Amino acid sequence: MKPSEFDYIRAADVEEAVTALANAGEDARVIAGGQSLGPMLNLRLARPEVLIDISKTPSLQQIKWDEHGLTLKCSATQAALLADAALLDRQPLLADAMPWIGHVQTRARGTVCGSLAHADPAAELPLLFSVMGGSVFARSARGDREIPSKDFYLGMFETALAPDELLLSVRFDLPKVGTGHAFKEVAERHGDFAIVAVAAMADAGGVTFGLGGVSDRPIIVRWEGLDLSGVRDAVEELALGIDPYDDQKADATYRRRLVRKLGTRVATEALERRHAL
Amino acid sequence: MANEMASGQSPERVEDAALLMGKGRFVDDLGVPPGTLHAAILRSPHPHAEILDICATEALALPGVVSVVTGRDIEKLMRPFLVAVRSRIEHYPIAIDRARYVGEPVAVVLARNRYIAEDAAELVEVSYRPLAAAVDPEFALTNGASVLHPSQGSNLASERSFSYGEPELVFANPENRTFEIQVRYPRSMATPIECMGLIASYDSAEDAYEVTTHFQGPYAVHPVMAMALGVPANRLRIKTPPDSGGSFGIKQGVAPYAVLMGLASRVSGRPVKWIEDRMEHLTAAGSATNRVVNLKAAVDGAGRIHALDWDQIEDVGAYLKAPEPATLYRMHTAMTGAYAVSNLSIRNRVVVTNKTPTGLNRGFGGPQVYFPLEQLVRRIAIGLGLDPLEVIQRNLVPAIAMPYITASGGRYDSGDYANVVARAAQDGGLTELKARRDAARAQGRLYGIGYAACVEPTISNMGYITTALTPEERERSGPKGGAQATATVSVDALGGVSITIASVPQGQGHRTVMAQVVAPILGIDLASIRVSSELDTGRDVWSIASGNYSCRFAGAVCSAGVRAASELRGRLARIAAAKFDCEPNDVEFENSKVFPKDAPEKGIDFKRLAGESHWAASTLPQGVGPAISVTAHFSPDVLQPPDPEDRINGSAAYGFVFDFCGVEVDPDTGHIHIDKYVSAHDAGVILHQGMADGQTQGGFAQGLGAALMEELVYDEEGNFLAATLADYPLPTACEVPDLKIIHAGTKTPVTLTGAKGIGEGTTMSAPVCLANAVSDALNIEQIELPLRPSRVAAILEAQGR
Repeated sequence: MKPSEFDYIRAADVEEAVTALANAGEDARVIAGGQSLGPMLNLRLARPEVLIDISKTPSLQQIKWDEHGLTLKCSATQAALLADAALLDRQPLLADAMPWIGHVQTRARGTVCGSLAHADPAAELPLLFSVMGGSVFARSARGDREIPSKDFYLGMFETALAPDELLLSVRFDLPKVGTGHAFKEVAERHGDFAIVAVAAMADAGGVTFGLGGVSDRPIIVRWEGLDLSGVRDAVEELALGIDPYDDQKADATYRRRLVRKLGTRVATEALERRHAL
Repeated sequence: MANEMASGQSPERVEDAALLMGKGRFVDDLGVPPGTLHAAILRSPHPHAEILDICATEALALPGVVSVVTGRDIEKLMRPFLVAVRSRIEHYPIAIDRARYVGEPVAVVLARNRYIAEDAAELVEVSYRPLAAAVDPEFALTNGASVLHPSQGSNLASERSFSYGEPELVFANPENRTFEIQVRYPRSMATPIECMGLIASYDSAEDAYEVTTHFQGPYAVHPVMAMALGVPANRLRIKTPPDSGGSFGIKQGVAPYAVLMGLASRVSGRPVKWIEDRMEHLTAAGSATNRVVNLKAAVDGAGRIHALDWDQIEDVGAYLKAPEPATLYRMHTAMTGAYAVSNLSIRNRVVVTNKTPTGLNRGFGGPQVYFPLEQLVRRIAIGLGLDPLEVIQRNLVPAIAMPYITASGGRYDSGDYANVVARAAQDGGLTELKARRDAARAQGRLYGIGYAACVEPTISNMGYITTALTPEERERSGPKGGAQATATVSVDALGGVSITIASVPQGQGHRTVMAQVVAPILGIDLASIRVSSELDTGRDVWSIASGNYSCRFAGAVCSAGVRAASELRGRLARIAAAKFDCEPNDVEFENSKVFPKDAPEKGIDFKRLAGESHWAASTLPQGVGPAISVTAHFSPDVLQPPDPEDRINGSAAYGFVFDFCGVEVDPDTGHIHIDKYVSAHDAGVILHQGMADGQTQGGFAQGLGAALMEELVYDEEGNFLAATLADYPLPTACEVPDLKIIHAGTKTPVTLTGAKGIGEGTTMSAPVCLANAVSDALNIEQIELPLRPSRVAAILEAQGR
C-alpha cells in the first residue's frame, strides 16, 4: 500500500500553490490535513503527478469573524475551529455538530476546507455548510471567484471547483438572531462517517433542513412557515420523495427510516430552540 | 508451593519500558542483510479463475525490479503443504494454474524497494478465465456448485459422523421434547495492530532456509513448512523478533508466506523482505471460520438436556490451510459445553469455498459452538416457560463430578461452575440488573438481559486434530497426543538467572510472568532474572507444541519453567548440602541467600553458590553435576491420542466462563447500548492479576466486535467487500464499555502452576451473551450476527416499530 510516484511541492504562500496548480492542472492535488487524501494516495485511488502541500503555509491557517460570518482559510484545522471561543455563541450549529466529525486525532490535522472540497456525501461539513449557507472563495491564475454554497456541490466527490482552482477560504453565514438549530447523526461507531446526518435551522420564516449520507450530495429543503404541528408530515413527505443509496453499512430502507426518525427529532428540536425577537 | 507466592500480584511488565519509549523491535524495525529485495505480491482480483498466462516483461523492464516469481516457478521447487485430513486438495502458497479467492497470491515482484515493487506489480499482465464461484457453504455442497478443486470431485473436503451414548434413543423418547436451532456464524478476524512480515533467505551452500518472522506457532506447522520446502527440519531456521504487535492466532498465517518468500529468495539469490499491508491483511491473512450449524436438544419437562445433535458445515475457504480443519475439531471434546449431557451425536462436514483460507483466531472454534448452544438454551427456557439462568443451572456439570469426562472424551479437570454462576450473580448485581430491566420496560424501552455459560479449553492436545481421521486412518499414521512445553533455566558466573522459553509471545508479557514464577523457587528477586522469549529454531529447545495459542503459557510453559527451576534448585541444593553438611532437602533458598533450614546464620549468597559450577568446577562434590543449566519439558499426562471410539481429551485444563449483560436497543436507530457486562471466570490460579484482567478485557473487546460490527463480507459472486478498516469496522475505546470482571478460580491439578488459560473465554462467550440480550430486548427467539444497527432496525421495522 504505497502511493504511486508524485512530485511534492510545499507551498510557501498562496501564489506558489496557485502557480503550481496552473502548471499541473488536472494532474495536481492539493493536500492540507490529508485525512482523506492520505489513504486515497496509499490505496492508489488518487494518483496525482504533483502534490501541493498547503498545510505548512501560515497565512492560510486563519480563522476570522466579522459581520458577514465566519471565514476560515484553507489550512485552518477542524480542531482550531472547535477551540475558537466564539463558536458556541455565534455558530452554535457548528459547535454542536463538529464533535461528530472523526476523532480528536483526525480533527487535529483535518481541515474544514479540505472536507468541503473533498465532497464526501456522508461527511458532516458539506451538510453543515449547505444548511448554514455561505460561500467558498476560489483562486486560480485566472483570477478569483466566489461560489455560493447552493452551487458548490455537483455530485459525489464533485464540486464546482475547476482543476486549477485552490479553495482559498470559506465563509459560513451568521445565523439570524433567534434561530434555533439542531443536529443529529447515526454512525456505526463514534467518529465514523454518518450513515445519515440531519441538520436543521429554524428562523422566524421557517425551517432550513438538510440531509447527509443519503444522496450524492447534501439534500437541502426549505420549509417556509413550518411549525411544530407540521413537522411530522413535512419529514414523512421528504422521506418518501428521496432515493437513498445502499451500501455495506446500510440499505435504503434503513436510511429512509433514519431520515424519518431523526428528521422528526431534529426539525422539532430546531423549532423548539427558536426564540422570538 | 513456591509459585503460589507469586499468585495474584501484578509486578510491572519488563516488556513495557522498550515499548513505551518507542524502542520495541518489531520485524519491520530489524535491519536487513545487504542486497535484500523487497517483495510486493500481486493478488487475484477474481474469486475463481483459471490463470492462462502471466507476462512480466513490462514489469521486469522497470528500473529497480530484479525478479517476478510466479506459481509455475514455485511449483517446481516445493511440494504442496501437508493436510491433516485425507483429501486431494493441494495447497501451495501461491496460485499455480487457478486462483480460488480474491487476494490469492499470483506473482511476487522483487525490487529494490517496496514502492518500485508495487509499481511493477501493476505492470504484470495476467490473463484470467473467470469461473463461477462457490461462496455460500451450503450452496457449495450442492451438485450445481462450481468445484474448486476438480481432483477432489466436490467441495466436500472432509466428513465425519460421531455418536456417543445413545442419542437416537433419547431423542425418540416421548418424554423428551426436541428443541432445534439453525444458525449461520459469520466470518471475522482478530486484526492485530501489527500486520504480518518476514525476512527470508536461502543458503544454497547448505540448502537451508532462514526466516525471521513473528510466526506464533503452533510449531507443528514447522515440519509442514520444512516438508513443503523439501528440507530436513533443521534446515528451516525460524527466528522470531523480540516484539510482535499482537496476533490472536492470525500470525500463524505467516507460515505459507515464509515458504513462498524462502523460495523467492532461492529464485532471486537474494534475501527477501515482505511486510504485509493492512489491505493484504484483511483480504488474505486468514480468519475465523464461518459455519452453518443445525443443533437439536432432547430436553425433559424440567429443562434437563439429555442429548445434543450437531450438524456442522465448516467453511474453511479455498484450501485446507494447515492446521485446518482444527477450528472444527478443537472444540470436539467440549461439544456439550458446560453441561452434563451424556448422549451426543455430531456430523461434521468441511467445505471449501471461494474465500480466503481460514486459520487460528482467538476463541478458535469456541464462538461457533457457543453461539448456537447458548441461544438454544435460551430457546429451551422460552419453550418451557423457565428463566434462562435456571436452565443453565439445571444442566451445569456439578462440582462433585470433577474430573468430569464429557460424552466425546473431554476431561474437565476441575471447577465449581455453579459457584461461579452464584458468585457472578451476587457480585455482579444480577438482581439489580433485573430491576433495571423491569423499570425500563415499564417505560416502554427495549431492554434485555443475556446469559452465556462456556467451558474454555486450554492447552491443546496436539493429537486432537487426528479426530478428523477415522480410527483406521489414525492407526495407519501412528498415534498423536500430548503437548511438549519447554523451558531452559540457567545461572551465570555472577549468579544471574537466564530463562529461555519457546512460547513466542505477541505482546502478552510472558517474560514478566515467567520471572515471577521462577523467582520464589530460587529465592531470588525478579531483577536478577532475565527471560528471553525470542525463539531461534536453530539454537533453542523447542517442540511441535511450541508457540503461542490455546492459552498454554500460564499452564504449560510456566509448568516447564517451574520444573526446570526446581531441578536446578535441586542441583544447587546438593552442592550446598555438602558445604552445610545437611540433607539437600533441608537447604532453603530465600532473599538471595542459601542456608540450612536449622542454621540460617551459615547462609551464603545465592550468587556465590551459583558461581561455583563455573569458577570451581573441580571442587564440586562427587556425583553432583554442574548446576549451570536445566532444560525441562512439560506435557500433561491427560493429553492422550483419540481412542478407537473417537473419544478425545482435546485440552489439558478447562476454564469456565459465565457472562451476563444488560443491553438497551434504540427503538429508532437500532443501536445497541451495553448498559452492563459481567464476566466471571474460573481460570485456575491467577499468576498476574493485571494481565489476567487485561486478557479478559481484550477477549471481551474482540467478542464484542464480532457480535456488533465485524464481518468479512463477500458478495454472492465472491467479491470481497471488507478490504479496508473503513469497511471492516473494529470496536474502539468508545464502543467497549467497562467490564465487571470476577475471578473465582479453582486450582487445576493438571498443571504445576495450578493455572488454566484465560485469554479466549470472553471471546467465546461475549457474542452469544450479547445476542441473547438483544433477542430478549426485542422479544425474539434468535438473532444473527453481527448486530449492526441496520440489521437490528430491520427487525424493529418488521415488528412495526
